[in-house]
Parts: sequence; C-alpha cells; structure tokens
Amino acid sequence: MAFGAQPVRTWPGLAAAALVAAVMLAALVAVALRAETGAGLGAQDWSAIRFTVLQAALSALFSVALAIPVARALARRSFPGRGLLITLLGAPFILPVIVAVLGLLTVFGRGGWLNALLGLAGLPPVSIYGLHGVVLAHVFFNLPLATRLILQGWQEIPAERFRLAAQLGAGPREIWRLLERPMLARTAPGVAALIFAICLTSFAVALTLGGGPKATTIELAIYQAFRFDFDLGRSALLALVQIVLTLAAATLALGVSARGGFGAGLDRVVQRWDARTPGLRALDAGLILAAALFLLAPLAAIAAAGLPGLLHLPEQVYMACLVSVFVAAVSTILLLCLALPIALAAARMPLVEQAGLLGLAVSPLVLGAGLFLLINPVASPFALALPVTALVNALMALPFALRILTPKAREEVDRHARLAATLNMGAWGFFRLVLLPRMRPQIGFAAGLAAALSMGDLGVIALFADPETATLPLQIYRLMAAYRMEAASGAALLLLILSVTAFWLCDRGGRHAAP
Amino acid sequence: MLRLDNIRVDNGGFFLDADLGVEPGASVAVIGPSGAGKSTLLGAIAGFHPVVRGRILWGGTDITHDTPGQRPVAMLFQDGNLFPHLTVSQNVGLGIRPDLRLNVAEEDRVRDALLRVGLRTLGERKPAALSGGQQSRAALARVLVQKRPLLLLDEPFAALGPALKAEMLDLVAALAREAKATLLMVSHDPNDARRIAEQVILVAEGRAEEPAPTEELLDNPPPALRDYLG
Repeated sequence: MAFGAQPVRTWPGLAAAALVAAVMLAALVAVALRAETGAGLGAQDWSAIRFTVLQAALSALFSVALAIPVARALARRSFPGRGLLITLLGAPFILPVIVAVLGLLTVFGRGGWLNALLGLAGLPPVSIYGLHGVVLAHVFFNLPLATRLILQGWQEIPAERFRLAAQLGAGPREIWRLLERPMLARTAPGVAALIFAICLTSFAVALTLGGGPKATTIELAIYQAFRFDFDLGRSALLALVQIVLTLAAATLALGVSARGGFGAGLDRVVQRWDARTPGLRALDAGLILAAALFLLAPLAAIAAAGLPGLLHLPEQVYMACLVSVFVAAVSTILLLCLALPIALAAARMPLVEQAGLLGLAVSPLVLGAGLFLLINPVASPFALALPVTALVNALMALPFALRILTPKAREEVDRHARLAATLNMGAWGFFRLVLLPRMRPQIGFAAGLAAALSMGDLGVIALFADPETATLPLQIYRLMAAYRMEAASGAALLLLILSVTAFWLCDRGGRHAAP
Repeated sequence: MLRLDNIRVDNGGFFLDADLGVEPGASVAVIGPSGAGKSTLLGAIAGFHPVVRGRILWGGTDITHDTPGQRPVAMLFQDGNLFPHLTVSQNVGLGIRPDLRLNVAEEDRVRDALLRVGLRTLGERKPAALSGGQQSRAALARVLVQKRPLLLLDEPFAALGPALKAEMLDLVAALAREAKATLLMVSHDPNDARRIAEQVILVAEGRAEEPAPTEELLDNPPPALRDYLG
C-alpha cells in the first residue's frame, strides 16, 4: 500500500505475534533446560521414537496410496451428492479424535461389526489395538485430507489438456502417463510429508489404541513420564526429541510442498473422454462407495452406540460438558484476540504470519510440558489446568485461523485503504466499519474451527487435570478406561453434537451477516 | 491556490516532476498518454505517493507531509469509491464523520446531498443494487458533504457510456462551481476537457506542465500532445 495510506495499525499484531512467540519459546527453553541429557535415551525411549516414525510413515503411505484412486474417481465422475461428499471430506478436521476412536472401536473393535461378520464367515477376529489400530485411525483422519489435496491437484490440470489428449486419441493409460503421473509426482510427496508430520505428534489415538512398550508414541511417552513417574527430566528430554523430529518433518513438508490445505473450487468436474468404459465406471463407483463407507460407518456407529446411553449419562459427564463448553468459548475468544491483529499486521508485513505458524512446529504435549515446568515453581499447574488448556488450544488453532483470515484481510486492505485514508477514517474506524463487517464470514469460520478443535481436544488437559477436573473428551477417556463403554459412547455422541454445533453456530453467525 | 513547488514524486520507482500552480476555483483537466504519470500527479496531491523533492502548498500552507485524511482533498478513484457492505446513506455519511456517529442535523445533510444528486429514495440501498450512474452519483454526494476545497477525479466515470459520462461531468462541474472548489480531473478524452475544464495540465514523459487554456492547447497542440491525440 502506498505512502501515507495506512488505516491499519501493525503494532497490536506485532505485540500479539511477539506474545505467541514468547510463550512458545519460553516453553521450549524450559523444556531444554530441564531435559536430563546426562542419562541419555533409554531402550524404552528409543522404542517410542522408532514407533512414532514407523506409524507416521505407514499412516502417510496408506493415506496417500488409498487417496490417489479415490481422488481420481472423484475427479472424473459427477454424481448426485458429490459436493456433499467432498464437504464431508473436510469434516474429520473438526471431528474429536476420541469420538472417531470410539466409532472405529464399534466397527473394528473386539465385539465390533467387522468381527461379527468375520465370525459369521468362520474367520478369526482381528484386534484394533497396537500398531495397526493406530495406523487405521490415522488413515481414517488423513485419507479425507489426502483425497482433498490430491483432488485439487487433479483439478489444477487444465481442461484443455484433457481435450487435447482426447483429440490425440489418448486412452486412460496414455493420460495417466502424460498428465496424471507427472501431477502426482508433484503433489503426492508433499501430501505424504504433511500427513507424516501430523501423525508424528499423535497423542489421543496412541493413548486410546496404542500404549504398552510396543505402541507408544513420543507424545504418549512424555505424558506417561509426567503422569505415572512424575519424571520431569525424562519427559523434558523426550519433548526435546519431539521438537527435533517435528522441526525436521515440518522442514521436509515445507520443502516438498507449497500448497495450502483449504482448497476452494473442488465442485468442478473436468469433462473426460477416456474413462467412459463400463469397467472403469464400476471401478470408480466402487472406490467412491468404499471410501464413503469407511468414513461414514464409524460415525453411524457412534450415533447408534451412543443413542441408548445419551439419556442416562453419569453426573460427571454433564459437569465435564459444561467445562468443555467454557474452555472452548475462552479458547475461541483468545484465538480471535490473537489471530485478528496478527492477520491485519500480516496483511502489510507477511513475515508476521510466521510467528503464528510456530504452532505447527511445537506439539501440544511439548508446549504443555514446557508450560507445566514454567508454572510449577510459582503455582499449582493442576489449578491452572483449564486456562492452560484454553491457551494451548488457541495457539494450536492459530496457524489455521491465520490461513483463513490473512488473505481476506490483505484483500480488504488493498481494496479499501485508499478510500478510508481520504475519508480520514483512522485505524479504529476502518477496523470497525470496514474490516469487521467485510471479514465476518472468515472470522466465523476461523472461530468455528477453533471452537470445535478446542471442544474435542484430548491433549494437554490429560497432562494437567487432577481427578476432579475433566473436559468432556478426557471424561470419555476415563469412562473408556473404566470399561464403561455405553456411557462412553453416549458421552461421545454428546461431544460430537457439541463440536459440530459449536462449529455450525460460529460459521453460520459469520455467514448470516447483513451484507 | 494549489502550488506544486518544483516537486518530484516517487511512485514505486517511477518519477514525475511538476512545477506548477492552479488558481482557486479553477477546473483543470489532466491529459496525456497512458503511463505518463497523470494518476501519479493526483496521487501525490492526495498524499498517496511520497514527494522526494520540493513542496506542495495549499493557500500558502505546506501540506507535503500531511496524511491523506488531513489534506483539503476529496478524491474519486477509478473504482472502489463506495464500501460495498454499507448503504448509500452510510457511504455518504462517512464524508461527514468517518466513524459514522451522525447526529440529526448531519443525517439531514446526508439526505440533502442525496437529493441534490438525484438519489433521494435510494439511501437505504447497497451500492450493488444501484446502476453504474447511480453509484457515481452516490460517490459525488459524499464529495459534496465532505466540503473539501480541492476535488480530484481519477477517471471515476471511465466505465460509463458516453451520454452518462457527459451527464456526470456536468453534475461535477455544477457541484464544484456551487462549492467554489478547485477541480482537477484526469481524462483520456479531449472532449471531456472541452466540456468542463477551462485549463489543461499536459503530463508527458515524466513531467507535468503548467496549466494552459483548454481551447488554445487542444486546437494548437505541442508535439507530445499531438502524438497522443493522433
């Protein structure tokens, strides 16, 4: 923007970004100082590191390998409900992990639907616990993400290329070689690296489906060192390992991909001339059905399993429910207070956005461990469990919120700053009269994501909570650990309803603005 | 009196020099080839481009370093003159109080201005619900309530058809006359200049010339202008 025409102040954003960076760095320094490097890593720690890398690699591999045929089917077929299905592919982002885990248990668990079928066929039952359970849950969460990203790659192939290929008489095989394989060579490694990085910091899935010496992630090991042994030094050392791994994976992911996660315009179907054979049609239909079933069955399962329990939930569930709503509300407000100023500052100085992205490089449990170490000398960390949870949730949602808010803020500033300057609107007037109303849909969407993520989060709260305190996800975990599956399923259904409602309310609130 | 005292304007590496004066109440067209610096000249006066040499004086006061909002300037751009999410009345009201906290008397001024530009009944509409000509009128209503003595037009009517554009120019000229405002307008079309401007500033090859009488200049153009007019 030109000289003199600056109705946007950058200092609030710079201050917010500095605050975020300071909290993150303080936590990291606390962890680094407390880490007992003298003892070195034990056999258990090495096993946790190996398992973390292995499960993340397998999750990335399976998610991408399965996403490629599904994305191709979606890219070249148009059918009723296609738009809805693609929207649903975005839903796992706001789906609480614990809810999905319970859903997967209902379908794939010991007494689940799959084993019932296998039993009918006279086959031995499968177990969902351990490595394959963890990978299954990660694929459930990341297959949709991979499908969306790869579908985007498909749709970025210009329609003219397909026309030209058809004109040259290219069949499916030639199109694969000419157009599709080069596109996948560009996109798939980035998607795999992204999923690898996401799964490295997996906690709730490992907590519920993993565990034991053979299936413990580093995040879970940090938690166990903390909760069971209260070995702060070892837990800090593990956190240090996690930081190194996360940074390495983030660098890898950034290195091989530069594309964003919130792709728009997926509702277009490119006309294709090569895939009209009945065989390919049946193949694509089968793939789409299988993918939809894989995604929807656990959700249907949790609805079916939870409904009977929903009416007579234990007392603690209602308390936890109130706590979760409160934490999510505080976290969402906190997020907006940080994200809005940072987005506005980033509209003018792109570097500011990087501070918010720090949340991607620091895992929740590492941040939690760092904050615990910082708080411990001055106050009881357990007393601060809920504020810390709200803060960590807000910091973790910040990178996503900035991805949503910053481009819109930049657009509005570019478009209206000159006029606002000649009218002498001032920074506050421009914010109140132009930015706030113009950015309402984005603010609502970001707030909805933050509220849903916080509502469903089972991470740092597990580290901080005393037995009397629990958010709803933690309460569900406790019910599961006590084998009260009906109550757990009922509470999970309640949590699912709460998360979706929180997202829906914020998002609608943004879109139903006056203009 | 607007005086550009031997200024050099920096528009992101493009430089424009000007050393000229404009009489109070004059209507002046700014003409020249594309890319010569017409918009840069207006942008400098409005405070959007830094002046790296010389001074801009208004009535003897140095305004070179004032922010755009502090200058005695109302400006209409090529597009984006109205906020799309505010009603026409609110857009006009911004010209009186940029925080939109208007009292009853100020609301009346908004209504009068809308009446003057012929939009009496359309105050509650959003800009998108107006035609192109009506949008121009709404922007002019705001210029009217701003009561700034210097009015800068950077081709705000370029997207309108010839008849509508002529109508708008006549309205601008009338409003400027009533308010005794000084008018500077960028134009591609010599006929616009003949229609409402007594004087023309020729901008060519990175330099803005002293205003010259319109008829004289257009009937007997110097080489730079002749090339442009064809």
